[in-house]
Amino acid sequence: MGEWLNNLMPNVMAYLDKFWESVAATAQMFLLSGIFIFVFGCFFGVLLTVTRKGGIWENPVIYQIVDKVTNVFRSIPFVILLIFLIPFTRWIVGTAIGVKGAIIPLIVGATPFFTRQVEAALAGVDPGKVEAATAMGSGKWGVIFRVYLHEAVPDLIRAVTITSISLIGLTTMAGAVGAGGIGSFAINYGQNLHHQDIVNVCVILLLIVVSIVQSIGNALAKRTTNHSLIDRKN
Amino acid sequence: MIWIHEITKVFQGKETDVHAVNGVSLSIAKGEIYGIVGYSGAGKSTLVRCINFLEKPERGSIRVEGFGQIEARDGRLYYSGEGQEASVPVTEKHLKQLRQGIGMIFQHFNLMDRSTVFENVAYALKYSGMKKPGIRERVLELLDLVDLRDKVNAYPSELSGGQKQRVAIARALANHPQILLSDEATSALDPEATESILKLLKDLNQRLGLTIVLITHEMAVVKAICDRMAVMEKGRVVEEGSVYDVFSDPQQTITRHFVESASGLGNVHKLIESGSPLIGSSNGVLVKCIYGRESVGDALISEVSRRFGVNMNIVLANVELLQDSPLGGLIMTIAGRPEDVEAAIRYMRECKVKVEVIDNGRVAE
Repeated sequence: MGEWLNNLMPNVMAYLDKFWESVAATAQMFLLSGIFIFVFGCFFGVLLTVTRKGGIWENPVIYQIVDKVTNVFRSIPFVILLIFLIPFTRWIVGTAIGVKGAIIPLIVGATPFFTRQVEAALAGVDPGKVEAATAMGSGKWGVIFRVYLHEAVPDLIRAVTITSISLIGLTTMAGAVGAGGIGSFAINYGQNLHHQDIVNVCVILLLIVVSIVQSIGNALAKRTTNHSLIDRKN
Repeated sequence: MIWIHEITKVFQGKETDVHAVNGVSLSIAKGEIYGIVGYSGAGKSTLVRCINFLEKPERGSIRVEGFGQIEARDGRLYYSGEGQEASVPVTEKHLKQLRQGIGMIFQHFNLMDRSTVFENVAYALKYSGMKKPGIRERVLELLDLVDLRDKVNAYPSELSGGQKQRVAIARALANHPQILLSDEATSALDPEATESILKLLKDLNQRLGLTIVLITHEMAVVKAICDRMAVMEKGRVVEEGSVYDVFSDPQQTITRHFVESASGLGNVHKLIESGSPLIGSSNGVLVKCIYGRESVGDALISEVSRRFGVNMNIVLANVELLQDSPLGGLIMTIAGRPEDVEAAIRYMRECKVKVEVIDNGRVAE
């Protein structure tokens, strides 16, 4: 087996330690920034939904601010954003390079995207359900958690799936400007040293990861449509 | 039970403001089923939402027995407790308290699709401060009430329309409300399911003493279960009264349209338009007779016919039971000498039959 792999991708086997290191770095960037993106995106998505015209907590000022800021950051290309945020990143985490330095630009880059996805998912919740909940005595928090976030779960799962895939892409791009991870491994050891097998393996690995994320997302979204994730019998 | 006073709700349009509800006053008695009918856009849906403040009226007041009164002044709401004069600005707490005492059901059911029947019914109980075993007991009790005990773990997507509305009714009744608002609750259902839901509502009204405010565009629904009714047009109530009175003696044009659409007697206009031989062949006066509980219906015809020497030909006929009283309607032609026909009509009117001459072009009166 070892012999066969050595023949198939000699350079990957030669830099195997570096390879695993880069996979770990990417995973770290993905998970750390992902948690923040999820929390912030949900927060701003809900905020946009409840403060919009006709929402349960109508507030044009907050809506306009969040809406505009989201739009501005969505329109800046990520590579530019990376450079643009260097002073800010340094100020917050003390460094602008490595995994640590990549987290902030990743959060700033992907949160607006996820916010819009959350907003769209919540917009798909029938206003009649909100009305029914209000008629039963639900307040703002009840409507947010027991109606909006609860009923939109399948669409939220789809949003998480799409954002995850796009976030994997962003982490590799961050690698290109010194954040480490699979992206920089492919460039530094593959492209620069003319080791095509390294580039190929990186592509295949990313393809596999993306497919897995997509399949899990699809399965969960299907399961939770008109159905609770876990069956509870009464 | 509910006193609606001078309620006005305005929606701001792009160019002009729309008075969806315009100074409507109604009072609904405890334990009655009150129907509000009107075409879509008449403001009935907005009016019923003003009762539990899903819509906030600009002016007017709503008083609910056991709760107190909320008054709207220039779009601001003020609450005063029962029998109290002093009023305070309405808080979320007041609205929650009001809404716990008023259940509501909707045309499209509005159940939570990702929750089971059990969880849907339990939804409102979370705010009642009940503990888990108590909630379970109450939910099962409610499901027995609407005859859906076996669907406790089903999801709404697995239920028929009628079953979904039953779940919605159970959910609306969870906190023992005295009042149920029904917003076109049967409009999305097939005739069979409609009938069973109406039967259930009537049954709940009688067993629990539930006061029901029902809005619909179908006269058949009002006819089937309502005690009193109001007709709305362009944001105003144009006619109000007991269902029997409104049906037997509608005053407004719109009410007459509704009544005729429900009885089938309105078909006479189609017959006239199409020049049907049914009314065209016999030369006589075409009349509509409405007879109620105080007049003798069928025996009258042969009596009048014999006594005045006129020929009466029934074109359309309709007899129904409204609030357990018979209400009959006849469209017929009366042929004979003009003075005999006139005398016959006069006599029928004396016998408390409402006679309306639709077409007297064939004889000189």
